Amino acid sequence: MSADGDNRLSGPLADPAVEAGYPPEHPERVGFFTDTSVCIGCKACEVACKEWNLLPEDGLELSGMSYDNTQDLGATTWRHVAFVEQRIDTTTRETVDIGMPDMTRPGDSSTAAVDPTEDAATQIRWLMSSDVCKHCTHAACLDVCPTGALIRTEYGTVMVQDDVCNGCGYCVPACPYGVIDTRPDTGGASKCTMCQDRLGAGETPACAAACPTESIQYGPLDELRDRAAQRVDELHEQGVTEARLYGHEPTDGVGGDGAFFLLLDEPEVYGLPPDPVVTTRDLPSMWKHAAGAALTAAVTIAACFVGGKR
Amino acid sequence: MSRPDDSAERSAEAGNDFRSYYGQPIIKEPTWKVPDVPAYLYLGGLAGASSSMAVLAELTGRTHLNRTGRVAAAVGSTASVVALIHDLGRPARFLNMLRVFKPTSPLSVGSWIIAPFSSLTAAAAASEITGRLPLIGRLTSISASVLAPAMTTYTAVLLSDTAVPGWHEVYRELPFVFAGSAVSSAGAVGMLATPRGEAAPARRMALAGSALELAASHRMEQRAGVIGEVYREGRSGKVVRAAKVLTCVGAGAALLARRSRVAAIGAGLCLTAASAATRYGIFEAGRVSARDPKYTVVPQRERLANEGAASG
Ligand code: SF4
Ligand code: SF4
Ligand code: SF4
Repeated sequence: MSADGDNRLSGPLADPAVEAGYPPEHPERVGFFTDTSVCIGCKACEVACKEWNLLPEDGLELSGMSYDNTQDLGATTWRHVAFVEQRIDTTTRETVDIGMPDMTRPGDSSTAAVDPTEDAATQIRWLMSSDVCKHCTHAACLDVCPTGALIRTEYGTVMVQDDVCNGCGYCVPACPYGVIDTRPDTGGASKCTMCQDRLGAGETPACAAACPTESIQYGPLDELRDRAAQRVDELHEQGVTEARLYGHEPTDGVGGDGAFFLLLDEPEVYGLPPDPVVTTRDLPSMWKHAAGAALTAAVTIAACFVGGKR
Repeated sequence: MSRPDDSAERSAEAGNDFRSYYGQPIIKEPTWKVPDVPAYLYLGGLAGASSSMAVLAELTGRTHLNRTGRVAAAVGSTASVVALIHDLGRPARFLNMLRVFKPTSPLSVGSWIIAPFSSLTAAAAASEITGRLPLIGRLTSISASVLAPAMTTYTAVLLSDTAVPGWHEVYRELPFVFAGSAVSSAGAVGMLATPRGEAAPARRMALAGSALELAASHRMEQRAGVIGEVYREGRSGKVVRAAKVLTCVGAGAALLARRSRVAAIGAGLCLTAASAATRYGIFEAGRVSARDPKYTVVPQRERLANEGAASG
């Protein structure tokens, strides 16, 4: 994968905490497996995160994007539930009668059975997904941070130390998922901490604890990866062939996400990049080109001083 | 949700059919401000090339050009630092930039370049203006010139080392655009502030830098694929085009500047504006490419398709 023998910048990396300098007896790497197939869009995770982390509200405007008025992840929104309404072709998939009340008189319902292929309302499917910082194995935000404010924790997660951050904003465009942002009120960058202050006490992160359907599953990353593989097989057996995992592969462009997902459509439909790559993978090559250009500039200037005094 | 209307409209051009979440951006647009960051880029490049110009002018006995170069290097790099500090969310913590040295962060590396560079050039310029401690002046000027070439291109790496498609995907060509722009901007200042009799190297720098900048820009836009649109279309495209026109006009005037003071001033002003516009255009183009999910999704999809074709 990487030109780097020990994969410091990209490629599979067994233990990012050790790479960051923690002793091998550090706690296990933890993460999230977000199974969007069971998400009901209740936003309990969003609220729990705001409450636990004392994050201010983001304004109350209506976005026109289904039930998603949160709109995206940001400096004061560390969980974001996406809502996608899709028209589906009912001839290719089964519809489920969820027992919604209809307009017929009780007792007459046998005559009023609705043909699902003709009723537009039943041809919609909902995709809901609770997005969060991916706690990348190779985190671009952390790589580019000039102050050392962004760190790898002993749990293998990625966290901003607010008292060090000088608000340079470099981490913001570096993140391939558009997660981290700077807060206008404090000037500093902020994002999900994986509830670092709960982990130490052996607690589950607030968002996962609040999730009523276990769509957000928290735990040791290796366990979550096994569980996710099982879940995807299960769904495939049930005929949900569009189920796929996203961010689980240690061989992907960011070395695998600490927070990964089971999705029911392409990642970009949920606002996720289809093939994210940590930008610093190319950093050695960038510096080589910059050195070549710097040399070109120096030689050009020197050449301008050779020759007559015209 | 996919954007059927948009996709339909877009599939007309080069098969750019793509899906997105309500057309929302995937990555975050840089929070960096205008004019702070474009000014930081322009001034840093100007300072770097001016420092090299000063040392060579001194070696070849061109005292006026030496003075111009030293002053431009000091003012440029100091103003560049000021622009950077002004852009911070917490300016009082600027010194945290020097808290660690992180080779993976171009802004850390850059800070460790610009901090000594601006101090050295300030000392060299102070000595030049006051006429005091000429030996120290010469030593600091020469020491600064060791860092000078890096000053002309590290900012290109700073932009490219992000997820912004308009900057990352052109990381091979961008430093050459910046290098050319830096050389021509220093030449421009040299022409403006130095008597014509001594300004021959500055005129040549203006011409050579312009040529390098134009050639590298052309190559960059050619190789950027669908992302090249942000350098051609819309507001950012207009700025980039204006920069090119100014570069051509300025270079043309520089050809006449040997005989005419008016032409020299015209060339100097045009090329200064051109260099600033180049940085601003590139900055703006990157922002556009961050805002539109198309530039994130389409190239990534193409990459996946190519990988699939290669392995399958
Ligand atoms: S998702 Fe973005 S903010 Fe989170 S660790 Fe990865 S690069 Fe950093
Ligand atoms: S804004 Fe803060 S956390 Fe982000 S890169 Fe700058 S110093 Fe680091
Ligand atoms: S882990 Fe904690 S900080 Fe992160 S999204 Fe969940 S509740 Fe918020």
